[in-house]
Amino acid sequence: MSTRTALSLENGVVSLQEKVNDALRLARQLGASQAEANASFGTGFSVNVRLREVETLRHQRDQGLGVTVWLGHRKGSASTSDLRPEAIEESVRKACALARYGAEDPASGLADADKLAKSIPELSLYHPWAIDPAAAIELATTCEAAALDFDPRVTNSEGASVSTSESLRVYGNSHGFLGSYPESDHSISCSVVAAQDGAMETDYEYAVARDAADLPGPAEVGAEAGRRTVARLGGTKLETCNAPVLFPARVARGLIGHLLSAISGGALYRKSSFLVDTLGKPVFASRVTIDEKPHLLKALASAPFDDEGVATTERRLVDAGVLGGYLLGSYYARKLGMQSTGNSGGAHNLVVHSTGETFADLLRTMDRGLVIADLMGSGVNPVTGDYSRGASGFWVENGQIQYPVTEITIAGNLKDMFQGILGIGSDVDRRGAVLTGSILLEQMTIGGS
Amino acid sequence: MNAVVAPESSLARVRSQVLDAAGIADHDLERALGALMRGTVDNADLYFQVSRQESWTLEDGIVKEGAHSIEQGVGVRAMSGEKTGFAYSDELVVPALLQASAAASAIVRQGQQGRVQAWQPRSGHRLYAPIDPLPTLTDDDKVALLQRIDSEVRALDPRVKQVVASLAAAHEVILVCASDGAMAADVRPLVRFNISVIVEQGDKREQGYAGGGGRFGYEYFTPEQVLEYGREAVRQAVVNLDAVPAPSGEMVVVLGPGWPGVLLHEAIGHGLEGDFNRKGTSAFTGRVGERVASDLCTVVDDGTLPNRRGSLNVDDEGTPTRNTVLIENGILRGYLQDKMNARLMGTESTGNGRRQSFAHTPMPRMTNTYMLAGPHHPDEIIASVKKGVYARNFGGGQVDITSGKFVFSATEAYRIENGKLGAPIRDATLVGDGPTVLNRVSMVGNDLALDTGIGVCGKEGQSVPVGVGQPTLRIDGLTIGGTGGDE
Ligand SMILES: [Zn+2]
Repeated sequence: MSTRTALSLENGVVSLQEKVNDALRLARQLGASQAEANASFGTGFSVNVRLREVETLRHQRDQGLGVTVWLGHRKGSASTSDLRPEAIEESVRKACALARYGAEDPASGLADADKLAKSIPELSLYHPWAIDPAAAIELATTCEAAALDFDPRVTNSEGASVSTSESLRVYGNSHGFLGSYPESDHSISCSVVAAQDGAMETDYEYAVARDAADLPGPAEVGAEAGRRTVARLGGTKLETCNAPVLFPARVARGLIGHLLSAISGGALYRKSSFLVDTLGKPVFASRVTIDEKPHLLKALASAPFDDEGVATTERRLVDAGVLGGYLLGSYYARKLGMQSTGNSGGAHNLVVHSTGETFADLLRTMDRGLVIADLMGSGVNPVTGDYSRGASGFWVENGQIQYPVTEITIAGNLKDMFQGILGIGSDVDRRGAVLTGSILLEQMTIGGS
Repeated sequence: MNAVVAPESSLARVRSQVLDAAGIADHDLERALGALMRGTVDNADLYFQVSRQESWTLEDGIVKEGAHSIEQGVGVRAMSGEKTGFAYSDELVVPALLQASAAASAIVRQGQQGRVQAWQPRSGHRLYAPIDPLPTLTDDDKVALLQRIDSEVRALDPRVKQVVASLAAAHEVILVCASDGAMAADVRPLVRFNISVIVEQGDKREQGYAGGGGRFGYEYFTPEQVLEYGREAVRQAVVNLDAVPAPSGEMVVVLGPGWPGVLLHEAIGHGLEGDFNRKGTSAFTGRVGERVASDLCTVVDDGTLPNRRGSLNVDDEGTPTRNTVLIENGILRGYLQDKMNARLMGTESTGNGRRQSFAHTPMPRMTNTYMLAGPHHPDEIIASVKKGVYARNFGGGQVDITSGKFVFSATEAYRIENGKLGAPIRDATLVGDGPTVLNRVSMVGNDLALDTGIGVCGKEGQSVPVGVGQPTLRIDGLTIGGTGGDE
């Protein structure tokens, strides 16, 4: 199948493909009726500068191979970070041995052959960054300086980091599929501390991109870290109340993230989801439409095929509030009597359509309520949708931010929260698998003093 | 259960298992450390790790999959002042070791080669047997154990609709040698059993979870022990079927014994880690000797408890673990240190230098963190509350070190009315302020318990196993976040 290669990982491609083929061949020799193997190689480095001095320089170099075999419908898996032939052989033998103890499970096996990617689209995911540690240290220094110099109340720092990595993944299976593609990820981040009246606050800003040319300037990232941190100073508690809540784009991504876990095959099959049996039903307010776009060029969650080699395709996941599909790999698709949606390993770029308002428009619509700065804790019950998390943010009156608030909770139920979406901003955050603008919710319970 | 093995022979065994197998001789170690000890480098270390893990998962009454993984490599670190250079290799061969050393030492400008101290084998504790836990049960018996618990749990209550159970073990062998002469090895077994159930009643569905483990073999999971986890998971799920919305606002909160000690881990423990205090970014910075809790509170971090999940014979820098007093009768006594932060703060390592693996750098981390028992009977504590919440079990927690604000999520909690437990309440998050919350502790139970061996602590992207514990505590005011309104 397609084997696009890239310069610095070129030797890697050939050698990883050989290792995958060796593993598959050996699995067949040991009696496996089906097998798949996944090999990866990654390299990169990161630097951290703190208080204008280099603090750390970390070199990274990872490799690994995982193999899964089926004896009939009995499954066993093994993985190794040692890629010498004898270690790979040991892993394949171990996987076969484990499969003998597995139970016969008719749903278990490779993805159906006709679902596998037939061609591998070029998604522009690989852009190596020709940067050495010295130059990265300079960028990080500029970034941190912009944060430290933003305001005299910025008094301390966790530092600024610049990192670059490139990786290659090869997936093959006994249907004859062999696919690979290289990827790169580069980032700049900064976290500082501000102090006022003996109390300290911290916050951070980051940028991440496939192509370093798409990163904002380091000073821009640093200044934003400084601005965010200073804005949190002087936070007070709120009186307990019910009020509208605005999730800025950065936090709104997590809100949509709860949808992703709830419509994943495993959660649905085990009924450990608050969205069991909701296909074709309205789970959001009718103003909400969400597409899955796996082939967006340079996007962070783009992929030509999923973890089972299944071709990824664009689709409408939520249409005017109505749930149009689940996130399924082959196994749970079979368990649910459905088809794989190419989501073994997760969602690929969920694009939440904006309802057209700017962040300022949403503040005006809200009039009086809470803007979230940061959420803490894991207080979401996936089975019931009950949602209760620690928060800090800003209180809004007359459509304007008034003062920071801290040590509060926000609570509701995700079913009601999804139905209570009043608007989705045009200020899209593209730094993850969910691409959304800020989201305004009609009402939540805010716990304070 | 503690087989007594002389540490020297344990070190010798690990050397032959890790180094001889890779063809790495003493002079290669000296050469690698020598390459690291250049210019202004204060200290350097090599950390070798070979680990094997397995897991077995049951769902739908059948064992769906066994998985096995091998991870090995060497991490190489050079430290100069506040600077750290780090590189690693997952190939255990001499050229890769030397290449990693060259990369890590690039943190400082080249200079004269520094001195590497003669190695002195460090004898750590003997807190657990140096065994490989994977073969302590046959694969047939692992499968049988999971199948038996599945049918037993389903028989406990007809409302049980789904059971997912898993059994996992890790065999980790580490060897660290440092330029300061430290050389130590540790063989670290770790086993774990988890069970989660879904119960259904009418159109209501709830989840319950239980599990445990520690540093021993699978023999710990006797049929009775495993059934006890199963009962606990079902009990929690069934309790929540009748749960009502949690109140919101500030209330008196009573925390149950054991795992609710996650409060101490979040509110206190992280804020006392040496790195944050050296940098001045913790809400506890500069407060040693000050009152940070009521005088009923004494909190320790103890890495020396036999067989506990959070215990280590030596930490990942080769320093034997200790029992460190963090808060004594309400007064802050000290921080948790690794070598680098101890050196920069002019103190000594407390044996809390831990890392997720060879591919990560050590940081000050907790081991088993708990509060000592107090004078009150737990019933007396609940009876003292006119109106409040009793939180018996928790999911997880999180803390902002700098502001001191922390949260943790109750998964099993009840209203307290006129000194008696009332209705169970739905998932509720509790929020508070680390440096002040323990000042509000007004009663401490005589029922100290440690958790069952399930803790995982995450910090800067690194996960390590930890333990927590506490007696029943009464806190006179903590903000609880439910949807049931203010009362
Ligand atoms: Zn932690």
